[in-house]
Amino acid sequence: MRIKEIIEKLNLTVYFSPEEDAEITGGYACDLLSDVMGHADAGSIWVTIQTHQNIVAVAVLANLPAIVLSRGVKPQDLTIDKCRDESVYLLGTEETTFEMTGRLYDLGIRGTKR
Amino acid sequence: MTNYHYSKENYREPPIADADEDHISLSFPIEGGDFTHAGYGSSEIKRTLKKLAADPKIVRRIAIAAYEAEINVVAHAYKGRISAVISSDAIRVFIEDQGPGIPDIEQAMQPGFSTASPKVREMGFGAGLGLPNIRDNVDFLHIESEVSIGTILQFCILFRNE
Repeated sequence: MRIKEIIEKLNLTVYFSPEEDAEITGGYACDLLSDVMGHADAGSIWVTIQTHQNIVAVAVLANLPAIVLSRGVKPQDLTIDKCRDESVYLLGTEETTFEMTGRLYDLGIRGTKR
Repeated sequence: MTNYHYSKENYREPPIADADEDHISLSFPIEGGDFTHAGYGSSEIKRTLKKLAADPKIVRRIAIAAYEAEINVVAHAYKGRISAVISSDAIRVFIEDQGPGIPDIEQAMQPGFSTASPKVREMGFGAGLGLPNIRDNVDFLHIESEVSIGTILQFCILFRNE
């Protein structure tokens, strides 16, 4: 599913949006960065409450095109700058991680199969 | 001095690139405690591999292993360096640091074992998954450490065998 469609359907806040659209092929939700790198499939949208700029490095290294900050947490300025440098979508929602992943699932996004 | 060795089944040491063969060397300093610049070296290595049109799946494994190793230096050591040599067969990455060292590497390899500070854990690092993640992504791993002196971690990832 295209990221622009997800943003629109779930009414997500856009902290940064690169010019290019991105295809989302899966989803992952976790706040432990090593776990995300170890287990999130490439192409996943990632839901987390971590806000510091290292999340962008993790997204780039693991080929995750979009990050959703849940529960209304706000990104640090450096995090937004880094998303601009690296062309990563930085999105937000007031909903909790649980609710957000449920809504993504309703749209047909599936998690990594173990 | 303690050490740890791992290599994947079927792993065969690729030939060391000699001076005549084309290879690329990269090297970046790492500052202990500096989470703002953490991951710079891994990102540059990834960028270089992308330019060389390496297989994205293999690039991802290299980037993750390099980043985890860099984060270990930032989280635990005073300073260090990450260096990479890219040849036609493989990438070799070396991360050395001056730091507290690892008293028991077998223990540090256990998923969930961590000595990270609360501050590091708050950031979502320090869950004891870094070294196991490195091992899971590489074809060859060697770690040498001396308490109160530092740690040298080397890994190799082959460009074939996927």
